[in-house]
Amino acid sequence: MRVRVNPIDCTAHGLCAELLPEWISRDEWGYPVVDSQTLPAQLVKSAKRAAAACPTLALRLQQD
Amino acid sequence: MRLLTAAGPLLTEHLGAHGELQLADRQQLLEAVEGAGLLGRGGAGFPTARKMRTVAAGSRPVVLANGCEGEPASGKDALLLSRHPHLVLDGLQAAAHAVGAAEAHLALHRGSPALPLVRKAIAERRDRATVTLHEVEPRYVASEESALINHVNTGVAKPVFTPPRPFERGIGRRPTLVNNVETLAHLALIARHGAAWFRAVGDPEEPGTQLFTADGAVVEVPTGTAVRSLLDLRGLQAVLVGGYFGTWVGVAQAQDLVLTHRDLRAAGGALGAGVLVGLPATGCGLVETARVATFLAAENAGQCGPCFNGLPSIAAAVRALALGPWDDRTMTDLDRWLGVLAGRGACRHPDGAVRFVLSALTVFAADVVEHRAGRPCKGVHSAPVLPVPLDGRSWT
Repeated sequence: MRVRVNPIDCTAHGLCAELLPEWISRDEWGYPVVDSQTLPAQLVKSAKRAAAACPTLALRLQQD
Repeated sequence: MRLLTAAGPLLTEHLGAHGELQLADRQQLLEAVEGAGLLGRGGAGFPTARKMRTVAAGSRPVVLANGCEGEPASGKDALLLSRHPHLVLDGLQAAAHAVGAAEAHLALHRGSPALPLVRKAIAERRDRATVTLHEVEPRYVASEESALINHVNTGVAKPVFTPPRPFERGIGRRPTLVNNVETLAHLALIARHGAAWFRAVGDPEEPGTQLFTADGAVVEVPTGTAVRSLLDLRGLQAVLVGGYFGTWVGVAQAQDLVLTHRDLRAAGGALGAGVLVGLPATGCGLVETARVATFLAAENAGQCGPCFNGLPSIAAAVRALALGPWDDRTMTDLDRWLGVLAGRGACRHPDGAVRFVLSALTVFAADVVEHRAGRPCKGVHSAPVLPVPLDGRSWT
């Protein structure tokens, strides 16, 4: 599973970086910088929580 | 020359040069395109047959010809559409036939001088697939394929988040084959003469001829032609290859460079839509780059945060580097911005802009040192070389 951001929907609330700091940081404008590699199994649960918490539903989890 | 042989845009002139298009069996046509090894001429160089087969497998497919030439330094699509519209329209019919589409679309820039000629050409023909003409606002990202689909579907010519890609879900949510108009013109000739004829010239892995715009002049040459046979390199310091999503190439490297996707990739560049512009030794590569970076920043669609924040920041930094006043701490910012944007937009606009600026910092590295030290080259006062349509706005 991989994490992707829909950059059109994203408005830089930053919740994803709070909930998944191991995988998502923020640039100086507040937009998420996401590791594009396959998500390690132990982070899948947090990633799902982060995706559900995104106010604009811009965070997507995609099967490899 | 293959594409540019008709004496003029009329149907009689087209038929005089190429004869009538007889469409073979659909499978045979697909096999001919595959055998020809035709790669898309819009910039990405994707195998046309592979895209066709994917679309053909879908339900009620549609085809869309992309005649929106967003690259300011490119003129080949405008030339094809205004002088050889029937070749493009033949190709559009061949593409529709190959994928089983009853509906075809052709997108041009609003206000394009080719529009009346294309309209007239469509009216002269009796085509099987109906052709609908679309006028798209002349913005750089509007001709990105998802933006074109979006324009046809909603009237908004801005890129959308993918997947689904247009070949999966495009116009009216139907699988859509999007091809550049030059690709279609080649297709019109492959449908007439077959794969072996097409492969008889050009690079074996990227066969055929290709249109290049070299310093504004359109030429048709075999793929794999050397840069030095299209541009006189004497008196130049660098060549812009591939347009504003392409790269600068220093003149020493340009001496031996041949124009294939493979060779450009190996050189860290991109063939793009076949644009070449020579930068004279008397010019300033950083000023040219600053002007283009400013244009690309202004042309962002305003949709994706990394792009609408990052590109204006990069452009401002390159402007300061080119013309001053320069604060050396800006170099750290510029390096960081150039490292953080690629892959973070809905389309490849930020990726292309970053690639272009990075190549400038490499090719004009000696100038960067001088400009940083407050000693800009004399070239900053030269007349600019690269065309940058800023709608009357100043770029500084």
